[in-house]
Amino acid sequence: MKIAQKTIKFLLIASITFFTSVGFASGSDKKHDGQNDGGRINTKEEVEAYILHHIKDSHDFSLFSYTSDEGERKHIGFPLPVIIWSSEGLVSFMSSEFHHNDDGHVIVEKNGLKFAKIHSKIYEINKGATRVSFDETHHATNAHKLLDFSITKSVVGILLIGFLLLFWFSKLARQYKTKQIPTGFARVLEPLVLYVRDEIARPNIGEKHYRRFTGYLLTVFFFIWVLNLAGLTPLGFNVTGQLAVTGCLAIFTLVIYTVSGNKGYWMHMIWMPGVPVLIRPVLAIIELAGALIIKPFSLLVRLFANISAGHIVVMSLIAIMFTLKESLGVVGATGLSLVLSFFITLIEVLVAFLQAYIFTMLSALFIGMAVADHSEAH
Amino acid sequence: MYNLIGAGLIVIGAGIGLGQIGGKAMEGIARQPEATGKIQTAMIIIAALLEGLAFGALFLGK
Repeated sequence: MKIAQKTIKFLLIASITFFTSVGFASGSDKKHDGQNDGGRINTKEEVEAYILHHIKDSHDFSLFSYTSDEGERKHIGFPLPVIIWSSEGLVSFMSSEFHHNDDGHVIVEKNGLKFAKIHSKIYEINKGATRVSFDETHHATNAHKLLDFSITKSVVGILLIGFLLLFWFSKLARQYKTKQIPTGFARVLEPLVLYVRDEIARPNIGEKHYRRFTGYLLTVFFFIWVLNLAGLTPLGFNVTGQLAVTGCLAIFTLVIYTVSGNKGYWMHMIWMPGVPVLIRPVLAIIELAGALIIKPFSLLVRLFANISAGHIVVMSLIAIMFTLKESLGVVGATGLSLVLSFFITLIEVLVAFLQAYIFTMLSALFIGMAVADHSEAH
Repeated sequence: MYNLIGAGLIVIGAGIGLGQIGGKAMEGIARQPEATGKIQTAMIIIAALLEGLAFGALFLGK
């Protein structure tokens, strides 16, 4: 009986992963824009451009697109609001007004100002000019970038996951008022919460202080983990692979351990006891650079690079079906890319958890160093 | 060009380091199976720090 249950579970997980990679594959088959032969990806440069486009944030939420029988591009997805701080104040409109154009040829006029979208960035065109002109390196010469507060795809992802977590965990918390053991999906969440508290927060921060920081660690753990998993679905989120997002999370940790650092922590950093006086300033520089720059930088880069690298690998393996089509035949290339992307997606599910765990663990470790009791003699 | 060579050297170093960490952790676990949890946690932390270094090198050397 037990074996049967395990087999069913394995098959379920395997089929979900399988269909996810198929979803990715069909998405990348049809999504690419602006090519003459019906929007199909054939060359290495097109694959590269497509992957880079996926890694970046975008102003509309497109699921996939295809060329209809009449030779017209159809985009499936929905537009998102663009909110920008232009030279004449706040301007907002829907991103559908750009008609999925990304090279600055479609110009939107609002409040007498002209806007164009070039490589997923919105530019304001200078007064007097009617269209964007480029120099040899393909930089716009008569337009400038703006402060962009748009609800982009990543922002949608963050809001979606944020509300989802709020819903899940408020439900879990409410259940404790009436019963001892939570029911339904909350029963899945409870051991994870206990895991973060007992395996990450408690041993790294210490029995005396861990309660204060468990809330932050839980939030950060579930935020990163669920967003990592959302990045593996065909929706195509790449939120934890954005430098802005990981940088923000790293700054939260930096602020928390800097603010809650006790006297002993700062003494050890600025005027290290127990070493010759001449060495103390040198040590202070190293310690300060380590605590204020290197620690948050390593947190930021690790999460960003792992998730981005994972997405690039998955999409490159899917692209095998286009790049090796000539040498292996359609069936061979598709089969190869399907098998490879299936297994790499399985690994990515593991990486999604591991990166959330490591971010939380290192945050707990840094906080633990800041609040540790230094009173005993060395 | 030189930044790529430098990044490559750092990644080689990080690879050697990761191998050392993994190998030593295996030895430790084989010697003292009851300390598996502690060894694993310490191993993952050090591996994560090293990985951060390697990714930093890749990122800056790109």
